[in-house]
Amino acid sequence: MEKIISDLSHHIRLNKGFFLWMGFLVLAFIACLYAYTRQLRYGLGVAGIRDYISWGLYISNFVFFVASSLIGMLISAVLGLIGMKWVHPITRIAETIAVAFAAVAGLVIVMDMGRPERLAYVFIYARFQSPILWDVTVITTYFVISLLLLLLPLIPDMAVLYKRFANLPGWLKPVYKALSLNWTDHPEQNRIIHRSIYILLILIIPAALSIHTVTSWLFALTVRPGWDSTIFGPYFVSGAFVAGSAAVIIAMYFFRKNYKLQDYLTDLHFNNMGKVLVLVAFVYLYFNINEYLVPGYKLKRADAIHLGELMSGHFAVTFWLVQVGGLLIPIILMLFRRMRRPLPLTIISIAVVLGAWFKRYLIVVPTMAHPYLPIQHVPDNFKVYSPTLIEIAITLLSFTLVLIIITLISKFFPVIPIVETAKDKGLDPLKSIES
Amino acid sequence: MDENTVNKKDEQDPSQSSRRNFLKNIGLLGAGVAAGAGALYSGDIFEKKKAATGESKVLLTQDNRLVEVDSLEMKALAKNPTKLMLEKGREGIEGRRWVMVIDLSKCRNARRCIAACQDAHQLKPEQYHMNTLQMQDAPGTSPYHMPKNCQHCDNPPCVAVCPVDATYKRGDGIVLIDNERCIGCRFCMAACPYSARIFQWTSPKDADKHAGEAYNVELNVPQKLGTISKCLFSADRCREGKLPYCVSACPNGVYYFGDENEDGVTNGTTKETVRLSKLLRDNGAYQLMPELGTKPRVYYLPPKNRLFPFEPSTD
Repeated sequence: MEKIISDLSHHIRLNKGFFLWMGFLVLAFIACLYAYTRQLRYGLGVAGIRDYISWGLYISNFVFFVASSLIGMLISAVLGLIGMKWVHPITRIAETIAVAFAAVAGLVIVMDMGRPERLAYVFIYARFQSPILWDVTVITTYFVISLLLLLLPLIPDMAVLYKRFANLPGWLKPVYKALSLNWTDHPEQNRIIHRSIYILLILIIPAALSIHTVTSWLFALTVRPGWDSTIFGPYFVSGAFVAGSAAVIIAMYFFRKNYKLQDYLTDLHFNNMGKVLVLVAFVYLYFNINEYLVPGYKLKRADAIHLGELMSGHFAVTFWLVQVGGLLIPIILMLFRRMRRPLPLTIISIAVVLGAWFKRYLIVVPTMAHPYLPIQHVPDNFKVYSPTLIEIAITLLSFTLVLIIITLISKFFPVIPIVETAKDKGLDPLKSIES
Repeated sequence: MDENTVNKKDEQDPSQSSRRNFLKNIGLLGAGVAAGAGALYSGDIFEKKKAATGESKVLLTQDNRLVEVDSLEMKALAKNPTKLMLEKGREGIEGRRWVMVIDLSKCRNARRCIAACQDAHQLKPEQYHMNTLQMQDAPGTSPYHMPKNCQHCDNPPCVAVCPVDATYKRGDGIVLIDNERCIGCRFCMAACPYSARIFQWTSPKDADKHAGEAYNVELNVPQKLGTISKCLFSADRCREGKLPYCVSACPNGVYYFGDENEDGVTNGTTKETVRLSKLLRDNGAYQLMPELGTKPRVYYLPPKNRLFPFEPSTD
């Protein structure tokens, strides 16, 4: 028992590596924040977006963030509820990613607003007909449920560590005590917490499906070729599972290496996560075929222009890299057991995440570049979109923020649930608490 | 009192007559005093007026009457003018259904409509409420120039998606934008199949010059950074009973504008008013992409029987 506690909590300390990494993140964050102050001052024109292509990196990035946050629901709720015990050590990683991405997704959308100071108008003058209001509602709901699913299972761990982890830094002690909510492992407490988590796990499934379906509707509810699609909801949701699973695998590899968790995040976990990724990638591939083949067979004029630009036009290189390098080849590779070992699987996952990010770009930008009526009598930068340096920096700002949140949560709290791990091994870590 | 009056009638008391005279005199004096005071008071006001202004102003009332008002009589309203115009701009002009007809057979791409529009709405050269597009419907068919503005759809996709009710459809058919409320999310731009909307990406034209001016929602000026702008069917001119800026500026008789309820549209160049229904029926009128279900309020007459050769635009 002592070994489990020390193995799973020895990373909770301030060390040089942490300061270096956080210092780097904070510096990057400040540099990128400067870029945003430029945008606040001079308007959205500091970005490359213009009339016609009026949504660019920011909206693509927003879709990616919402997508990545969906994984919390897949791992904890879907796999957890059907009784897959192997997911237990991964659930907290998945929820951390969900909370970080969902929280920052809300900020990403503010970065895209021409008048961020009028954010409150969305609530003051709320119009129910607008999908934006639906999106705000479901993302907030999903964020709250995810946060609760991160905090509730943490309660017994906090109690154990507060009482039994000798090296707990002094300044963290009050935080742990507060978060443990006077947990004494009383049967009544256990009953309440299990009940609550169970209800939340069920609630998070419709909430998660809603956030990405509604996000897909921001596009699908318009009449533009490339967006005007009835399968956008499930297409986005399946794509989200691909991006999120790959992100979890990368995080698992990092924690296993840096926090020395080889005994807890084993080859079995990577193998199984590889299988999950292959499964969701196959589902996503199926929706991709539907999304491109069906209009591609009929080639209605507007669809023909759109698909032509994607497959053999201006966006062809990105398109094929994303579809083949970010989806098809990873699927084929991951069918082999050897490729589902930690290192190869992590490398494949990096390709998948990159592909997933650029896929969002390919969903947002090409459709706007080819409206129904021709783009004429405007400067060249209205016709072709190229992101500016400031725009890229503001996009990176959101990534630094996500990394800061994930780093702080994973550094100061056990990455793997301690009590759950102990109970899975037949130990009862809380017996001694009462005595 | 009743007893008294009875007494007055029945008894002929000699003292009675002097009392009556006394009362009469008092009354006369009172009237005289009142008249004098009145004269003094009006004289005083007259003097004050002379001293204060001695000038008068010609104003247009909300119901389009020109009135002359002395400066002294003018009182500033408690409400600020922007708010007043925003409230007025939410309501359409009673009983009207504005409609535009664009005769493509007459358009020679003079682009005077664009110049007049950009001038009225404080737009930069690359910002169009009205743009002329060079079109060719199919290979082998003749190319033509098509003025394209906001179609003021009766089923507007832009209005549906706006999260804050900043863009709205009025009773007289016009779709407007409240730039004091727009949050700049650009969902309406994404939703519009006609690419009718523009965004103020950078500081609007002459922003410094117009800073502090009251915002006129029926003209979209002064333009505001980080918000949407688009064709307004010149809602301010409609209120004055005038033709829109673009319609009046056209030298070639391309535009007709008028009220669907009256079934009449007026040509901006010839000022000739014709029956809307007959114009549409006789000339094979059509709408842009009606299959999208947007129900536009702009009609096009096909580019047939043109009396001039097609000249491609240079840029």
